Amino acid sequence: MNAYLTSLSAIVKREALRFVHQRERFIAALVRPLVWLLVFAAGFRAALGLSIIPPYQTYITYETYIVPGLCGMVLLFNGMQSSLSLVYDREMGSMKLLLTSPLPRWWLLFCKLIGSTAISVLQVYAFLGIAAAFGITMPLIGYVTVLPALVVAGVMLGALGLLLSSFIKQLENFSGVMNFVIFPTFFLSSALYPLWKMAESSELLYKICAINPFTQAVELIRFALYANFNGTALFWSLSAAVIFTFVAVWGYNPARTGLAKRG
Amino acid sequence: MNGIEVANLGYAYGAKRALDDVSFTVKTGQFCALLGPNGAGKSTLFNLLTRLFTSPEGRIRIAGHDLATGPRAALANLGIVFQQSTLDLDLTVRQNLSYFASLHGISGRDAAQRIEACLRKLDMLARADEKARSLNGGHRRRAEIARALIHDPAVLLLDEPTVGLDAAARASITGHVHDLTSDGTTVLWATHLTDEVAPDDQLIVLHNARVLADGICQDMCGDTPLQERFLELTGASV
Repeated sequence: MNAYLTSLSAIVKREALRFVHQRERFIAALVRPLVWLLVFAAGFRAALGLSIIPPYQTYITYETYIVPGLCGMVLLFNGMQSSLSLVYDREMGSMKLLLTSPLPRWWLLFCKLIGSTAISVLQVYAFLGIAAAFGITMPLIGYVTVLPALVVAGVMLGALGLLLSSFIKQLENFSGVMNFVIFPTFFLSSALYPLWKMAESSELLYKICAINPFTQAVELIRFALYANFNGTALFWSLSAAVIFTFVAVWGYNPARTGLAKRG
Repeated sequence: MNGIEVANLGYAYGAKRALDDVSFTVKTGQFCALLGPNGAGKSTLFNLLTRLFTSPEGRIRIAGHDLATGPRAALANLGIVFQQSTLDLDLTVRQNLSYFASLHGISGRDAAQRIEACLRKLDMLARADEKARSLNGGHRRRAEIARALIHDPAVLLLDEPTVGLDAAARASITGHVHDLTSDGTTVLWATHLTDEVAPDDQLIVLHNARVLADGICQDMCGDTPLQERFLELTGASV
């Protein structure tokens, strides 16, 4: 096997093994969206009237509405968590191991990204399975067509995590990332409410939500779950993925003094 | 050809100079001890030698390959043991080594044979299938040294590899690594402990970002014990 593929499969396998060894992480990653779906959404459905908007062709319950947003949430949390594990890795030295391999750095970082995306996508499917068990189902074909959308969204959010990890100075607690990255990203999006609702409250917030790449990722997933294609969402999600990846690779450049200061 | 060539290397963290005009050469198959008190610049030198970061000042060659212009060839010739442990504690020794082999593009039967040979060299074969977590400090270190040899590097760098180990483990690891030079491996061993240096080792004393002394240990010391000579050297320049 060629050196690139050997390293790719080893890095992905290692991510998978780490994941298997951290069962709590898997359970936590499932419980979080399920609480939103089964508790928050149940309480909230009465408060929020939804009109018929694409891709939906009929009135839907609030639970159905937030499923794609919660898929996005799983990807978002996982992307951030793997970014924190990168910071932790670097302090513990195994990132050093990766960075001193003779393969190009961009490739090694890309392998990391693929590994964390694969884990994220598996988690989303586990979540969709449990949601289906509670009666919140999608069209059958949707479970297939959503796969590429999940991969694009997963890579985009994983790259955002990678980018953060190259700038975060040390192992910081999760609440910092939670407050300044996850919450704003999640709430300023179409995950929990359609954007036209947001527009009724504040034009400014609406505009922020509309340009949030996470909104695009959620819409991409939402349309794909109904076997519909959303070109705009795909374009913006892919663009964000490419930009985040480039900045992350730049962030790991050995000539950057920021990295040196941290040692 | 020399194992390591460093010429006019400099590095600064902002206004503070960590390395200043550092030059030295380590011949192929030579064991070279890099001795320096804490804060002398050893870690910075290691980070530059391993290309974790780069400096605009000076030049580094590993087994003839320039680290700036041919980083991948240079890194392929470099085995590294970091000061902090980099083993994945949830994996077995063999899995750890196999992961590393893959990062160097080595897989399948070739990888298995190399892993076997390296573990044997460090007397670690019996522990190959134990989880890294269950090993003591000395064995973890030996596993890491075995790992650093899988890709058959021309040059082995070790950054204070005996930190936190007891006297017996320290002596055993120091002995093992000295033996590696017999097949032509160049070794650069950073330490602040003088008893790890043998009389015919090359010795480089790094102090306050500069090379203070460079030569064969016994030539440098004569009849004076190295410990005394070292304190004399570093004390005089404070």
